[in-house]
Amino acid sequence: MKKETIIKLKNLTKNYPVAGRDFPVLKGINLSINSSEFLGIIGPSGSGKTTLLNIIGSLDKPTNGEVNVLNKEIKSLNHKDAAELRNFHIGFIFQVFNLLPVYTVFENVEFALLLQKNTTKQRKNAVMEALEWVGLTEHANKKPDKLSGGESQRVAIARAMVKSPKLVLADEPTANLDAENAHAILKTMKKLNKELGTTFLFSTHDEKVMGYLDRKIFLRDGIVEKDEKYKS
Amino acid sequence: MKLEFQLAFKNLFGARLRTLLNVLVLSFSFVIIIFLNSIMDGWDQQAQKDSIEWEFGEGHLIYEKYDPLDPYTILEGHSKIPLNLNGLTPILDHQAFIYPQGRMMSVVLKGIDIRQSVLKIPTHILKQSKESFPVIIGKRLAESAKLNKGDKVQLRWRDAKGTYDANTITIIDIFDSNVPNIDNGKIWIDINKLWQITGLENQASYFIVKDDFNKAAFPYWKFKSKESLLKNLKELIDQKKAGQSFIYGLLLAIALLAIFDTQILSIFRRQKEIGTYIALGMTRLKVVRLFTVEGSVYSILALLVGSIYGVPFFIYMAKSGFPIPPADQKMGIALADVIYPVYGLKLIFSTILTVIISATIVSYLPARKIAKLNPVLALKGKKQ
Repeated sequence: MKKETIIKLKNLTKNYPVAGRDFPVLKGINLSINSSEFLGIIGPSGSGKTTLLNIIGSLDKPTNGEVNVLNKEIKSLNHKDAAELRNFHIGFIFQVFNLLPVYTVFENVEFALLLQKNTTKQRKNAVMEALEWVGLTEHANKKPDKLSGGESQRVAIARAMVKSPKLVLADEPTANLDAENAHAILKTMKKLNKELGTTFLFSTHDEKVMGYLDRKIFLRDGIVEKDEKYKS
Repeated sequence: MKLEFQLAFKNLFGARLRTLLNVLVLSFSFVIIIFLNSIMDGWDQQAQKDSIEWEFGEGHLIYEKYDPLDPYTILEGHSKIPLNLNGLTPILDHQAFIYPQGRMMSVVLKGIDIRQSVLKIPTHILKQSKESFPVIIGKRLAESAKLNKGDKVQLRWRDAKGTYDANTITIIDIFDSNVPNIDNGKIWIDINKLWQITGLENQASYFIVKDDFNKAAFPYWKFKSKESLLKNLKELIDQKKAGQSFIYGLLLAIALLAIFDTQILSIFRRQKEIGTYIALGMTRLKVVRLFTVEGSVYSILALLVGSIYGVPFFIYMAKSGFPIPPADQKMGIALADVIYPVYGLKLIFSTILTVIISATIVSYLPARKIAKLNPVLALKGKKQ
């Protein structure tokens, strides 16, 4: 499979106003990420991991520098274009799952496809396939409050993967899971990465995650400290 | 928009008790607004119908010097009846007194052509009576003067020359009408008899118009159509309606306040959900629309719930009517013992539109805040 650069960061800085002054969170990040990578941004709390993920996911804007994601310049995207980018090309997996409580598992996974205005049949097929990837077809009609933490995160993976995105951003996806569930989740994501070629970008400081990564980008105080690549 | 409706219904059904309470309060407003207005419309229709049938006919042709609302014009307020009446029923008003049980009561003698059929006043009874001085009165005068059918009572009047005269009248019938104006203090007698006892031969104060007539033949008489005669009544009912709108306005305000509060609370408590919607690819505008539609859907659900208990209630009330307490019937306006509500399409659709539009507005106002939310903070559930 031919690898192409899907994320390119050039001198990315991000400041937040704190007590009337700009507090720098990211200080000139330069990175290139290719398609089909399984990589993580690793660093302690407050190092800027989540901020970096949010900017790449077009949920936030950089203060300075260039952020090019899937050939879109994040800084120049309006609300509508950013929403379209997220809806069609980027999947999100959150630490606390963020499943919509009143929807069933099926409806949670289906949500992104509803926004894409797919037909009922297309949606049903895609959702069932995604639930099959994560082994949750029998839970399709359950509400999130009836699921365990591991199951909830698998639903979140299915929701991120159902639209066949080019990029999945996972913010501390194992932080709320026990070791067994964390490994199961990571194996599932690794399998999807291999089979579908989806790029997975994690933010983590969980040791369990690190063993699965092909590339580790160490972030400290808003600066890339180390960028290590491993053979998968 | 279809998606927003789909999601709104899912969200509201998922919220269960919160939705149920809001919907119940709003549905109650729906039912009450429609019911109160239908009663007013029913009263309006009944009062107009009764006034036309018992008092106005197709209009009044009044002698120019006579003002029915000014008792000082009674004495001079009559004139010779022109020729060719053609469907006009003459009525002569004359001041008099009765003495029921020894006390004096001022009354107006109303002489009417007993062959008339334009008004529902049962004047044919006067024709059939063998009494020497038969009269008919309404239930209100009968009650206030404590008179019953068959009672005799002393009547005193002044004739055309100002001479006092008196006689004993016999109440041969007491009619039941919802129009107080033809009843309170009014005694109905044969116009020929009134002409005879007053010496006001061939005189009338006004005519009841049945069909079209030649206005040119009545140069000194002013015509008042039934619409202009009903004007006061309509104004009174409109005034009552406006007063009543305060009550249902208050009810609606309570229901809308509940929706407004729910929306504020929703936006405050559902920050993480809002952040998730945005992360999954919803535009902020769509999220604003979703929350606004959720508020509107309350009104649609309220309409459905209101129909479940409201429609049987409306049907029941349309059949059995709304009883009016006797005290209210003495207000001096045409008011029946029982008012039957009238459910017009205009009333129903205007109520539905009012509730849906106002629910949408109160939902939109707090939802606007979503457009300014920071999705990153919203995802973390941080209150903004």
